[in-house]
Amino acid sequence: MSAAVAILLQVCVVVAAAPGVAGVTRQVRARLEGRVGAGVLQPYRDLRKLFAKRPLQASGTSWVTRAAPVLLVASSLVVAALVPVVTTQALPDVPGDLFVVVSVLLVGSVAVALLGLDAGSAFGGMGSSRHMMITALVEPTVLLAVYALSVPVDSSALGDIVGARHEDLTSIASPGGLLAVAALAVVVVAETGRLPVDNPSTHLELTMVHEAMVLEASGRDLARIELASWLRLTVLLALVVNLVAPWGIATSTTALALLVGTLAVVTKTALLAAVLGAAEIGLAKLRLFRVPELLAGSFALAFLAVTAAYLV
Amino acid sequence: MARTGKIAEPAPPAPDPAPGIPAALRGSVQVRHVDAGSCNGCEIEIGAAFGPVYDAERYGARLVASPRHADALLVTGAVTHNMAQPLRLTHAATPDPKVVIACGDCALGVGPVCAGHGVAGTVADVVGVDVTVPGCPPRPEAIVAALRSVTGR
Repeated sequence: MSAAVAILLQVCVVVAAAPGVAGVTRQVRARLEGRVGAGVLQPYRDLRKLFAKRPLQASGTSWVTRAAPVLLVASSLVVAALVPVVTTQALPDVPGDLFVVVSVLLVGSVAVALLGLDAGSAFGGMGSSRHMMITALVEPTVLLAVYALSVPVDSSALGDIVGARHEDLTSIASPGGLLAVAALAVVVVAETGRLPVDNPSTHLELTMVHEAMVLEASGRDLARIELASWLRLTVLLALVVNLVAPWGIATSTTALALLVGTLAVVTKTALLAAVLGAAEIGLAKLRLFRVPELLAGSFALAFLAVTAAYLV
Repeated sequence: MARTGKIAEPAPPAPDPAPGIPAALRGSVQVRHVDAGSCNGCEIEIGAAFGPVYDAERYGARLVASPRHADALLVTGAVTHNMAQPLRLTHAATPDPKVVIACGDCALGVGPVCAGHGVAGTVADVVGVDVTVPGCPPRPEAIVAALRSVTGR
């Protein structure tokens, strides 16, 4: 099979698994709170219902409100195609370069920030400004962390980095690699809007970041935004898990390797999602003005990782 | 948590689905709560219904922060003159298909404050009501049963 077919399969796997990943974190949280929980499949039911509802446009909104959800979901699908999730093979013309991945993530972030501003409500603008502040702190750390990982491999393509770690498992335990993955894990939590940076299940507008921007979205538009945020969560969790434990990832495009890669990544990501849900039980949301301290800490880790990558 | 274990009550048998509920809402209903002039007795019971013991979320109902995200409006209290227009606007801001649940005796026009001079009428006088939950205040079981009759789970 060609690399393009493998990438298409990867995107399909990510889209099919993304609501499940959100469902696993919610279900683990519910169980640890002593609840029964709505079940792992509840996000699929929510999506099916939302896609059946016609969106309402607030008066005074422009084409941005209609275009932003589509742009957000499209950028998330591109990220799902660029990041090594099922296979380390990249599309021949578009390498999964870290700068490309970060830029495409940023396109989605800007789209949702504009969506928050477009309706002109106070909470939307507040959420957008907070979101851009967090994004501005997250992006340098992502670049630096993946740069530290790219030094031993001599390539900034994420597929090559994961492939090299898959071949030489001792490189995973190198000091630079460990520091970089720790830094990356913190920024993934911030980028996907999880505790302690943002609370995805909050009802209190004053504490919202991502939720505040999407308060005006409804129906199919809301379904696209929800799906896109779950896609980002799934892809970034899969990237972290593939960097820490690359076992099973397909390094060729044979049918067997892709099948093993799919099963491996679904299992590993579900496990990491369960760990994320369990960890969130013990966390409270950070005050907004403490978030830069957390992200500066992860930037320091990434900086140390780059230094260690050159020294060791 | 390991010592306490599951604290949710065992699920009672599912109530009959309410008539006239759109098929699109089966299995997943996001609920926006509107206090149209309540004494907050109903709010305490709604809080209990979504708490860990009654756990309405296990049946697919979830409270949301915006009427744009909602499929159902859970209205409590006798509708006061000041809240009649906000209730109409909230109803208009909820995308179709939607249902309105009138919760508590005051919302149904038989509660203790319904004869007050600031009261504009019942919920049914302002927006169309699909499901009713009587009681002053209604027990959490009754609220959960009404939500289940909408989600069908």
